[in-house]
Amino acid sequence: MTYLSDVVALTRKDLLLELRAKETLPSMLLFVLAALTIFHFALPRGAGHTAALGLLWSALIFTALLGLTRAFVAEREQGMFDALVLAPCDRSAIWLAKSLAVLAFLAAAEVVALPAFAAFFSGIGGRTVVAVALADLGIAAVGTLFGAMAVAGRARELLLPLLFLPMAIPIVVGGVGGYLWFLVLYDAIFVVLAWATFEYVVAEV
Amino acid sequence: MKTHALAVATAALVGLAVALVFFYVPSDADQGFSQRIFYFHVPIALTSYVCFGWGAWKALRYLRSRDARADTESYVAIHQGVMFGALTLITGSIWAKASWGVWWSWGENQLVLFLVLFLFYCAYFMLRFSVDAGASRANMSAVYALFGVVLIPVSFLAIRLSQNFIHPVVFNSHGPQMTGAQFLTFCVSFAAVLAVFATLYRVELAGKRIDAHLRELRELLA
Amino acid sequence: MIAARALAMRYGDRRVFRGVDVELADGAFLLVTGPNGSGKTTLLRVLAGLAAPTSGELRRPERHTIGYLGHDPLVYRELTPLENLTLFGRLYRLPERGERIGMLLERFGLWDVRHERVSTFSRGMQQRLGLCRVLLHDPQLLLLDEPYNALDAQGAALLDDLLGEERTHVVATHEPQRVEARATQRLAFA
Repeated sequence: MTYLSDVVALTRKDLLLELRAKETLPSMLLFVLAALTIFHFALPRGAGHTAALGLLWSALIFTALLGLTRAFVAEREQGMFDALVLAPCDRSAIWLAKSLAVLAFLAAAEVVALPAFAAFFSGIGGRTVVAVALADLGIAAVGTLFGAMAVAGRARELLLPLLFLPMAIPIVVGGVGGYLWFLVLYDAIFVVLAWATFEYVVAEV
Repeated sequence: MKTHALAVATAALVGLAVALVFFYVPSDADQGFSQRIFYFHVPIALTSYVCFGWGAWKALRYLRSRDARADTESYVAIHQGVMFGALTLITGSIWAKASWGVWWSWGENQLVLFLVLFLFYCAYFMLRFSVDAGASRANMSAVYALFGVVLIPVSFLAIRLSQNFIHPVVFNSHGPQMTGAQFLTFCVSFAAVLAVFATLYRVELAGKRIDAHLRELRELLA
Repeated sequence: MIAARALAMRYGDRRVFRGVDVELADGAFLLVTGPNGSGKTTLLRVLAGLAAPTSGELRRPERHTIGYLGHDPLVYRELTPLENLTLFGRLYRLPERGERIGMLLERFGLWDVRHERVSTFSRGMQQRLGLCRVLLHDPQLLLLDEPYNALDAQGAALLDDLLGEERTHVVATHEPQRVEARATQRLAFA
């Protein structure tokens, strides 16, 4: 139970930080709309629904990347990993809380992006919405872990896409192809792996 | 086994494998002479998996023991894996050119998987170069290596699935069943490439250890 | 409280220190001196359990009984003092969080600004809040890295009082005059 209350306290902190700074979510929203607009011009006339759907998934992945790059900015700039790691809470709670915050930002961006996509290109089925929701879980879990790695490095913003994009390829396959079972499998595997390994990323001892 | 004995054995095995591939095994009925690259391409690809698997195993050992040697071993194995992975991409590309007249075929699952793995493990080096040497870097590298070994089957499955909506045409490069001669040649080639890996792994590790000892000596003198 | 033998720390080719022995009994006061970049910060991080030494043996208390103040005050700039301390109070599972937080904010003169964002504070006020966070769970061991940094005269006096209390202290500073008298042990980095 203390684990749960730790996660709640940390998630509240993460959401509060964003509420105050108002940086991540507005950027994600603008980015996804701009990306969809670009895709309108990039997509040849008469391109099919699958092609448009592919572009939607690319837009979602890159939007997520934008949010993930910002996920640990407060911790990095103020050295907060030290303070959090010294607290007696389980380190995976830090990951879980941050993943939940990232998930919330992703969902908020998609609440705008999916209707915009439906209006700009072609309609969206229920299957796609479920696929996006499932994909968000995996993106938030893996992306948060890799985001914590990337902020430790010198290259930072440069490093995260390199680390994360190869991991996102299966998500795109599952999303574009509509293989919900595959997305569930991906989530199950990588959520557990990220949960189990996060402590090594933030703490040396 | 001493490293130089291993190196001699490796050279002999590689020589034997080359001899078998070019002078013993008969040409493939469908693809002719060029199919012989199969005996290099596939063993190199399999060895690459072995490298990544070994690197992940050492990564796990590192996270358990926090022994810096396991970190170095994991790094060296992955380093070798990326080199064999690059060779896989190159030999696969040559094979594709010989068989289908194109340098790259998205229809070849194994090749696409290696592209994904190549991207993933190149980022491993970016991660290592970006973080100062020390426990924190070793931890992160180990975690990343573990993700890699799990990503291999997941990506493989994803690429298989993607064939359904990207390229309905599936090339089948493997003949029906290998004959006895083909299987023997394949096994010898595989053993030879594995031996090359073992030798390079030993040599690179020895180099790293000498580096470390030299550094300690310098510090003692300083 | 702390027993460290032959600690050595190295990042790749860069050696930070080696052969450091520290033996601290309860109530001891260790003064760590040396110029910037000599390894004081790294030693404190090792003692806090934030960094793993390259070699050597280390026995130290549980991390939740340690109060660590780093170069940064280790508080969220976009949160208020009250929100910061409430967060850490929860993570440290303090039973009577509100009272303890109120007492500390009073003591360090931050009660009146408890609802204002830390980003609007001067560096000295942030340092005071950092001290509040360090003391929140009433740690037995204080590890303070340049604690007088940015503190004004009044803040420095508050810190003097704190260092006089019954605890085990490790203080790293490049200007040791202020705490010299309290030190029971010294460690000088070159």
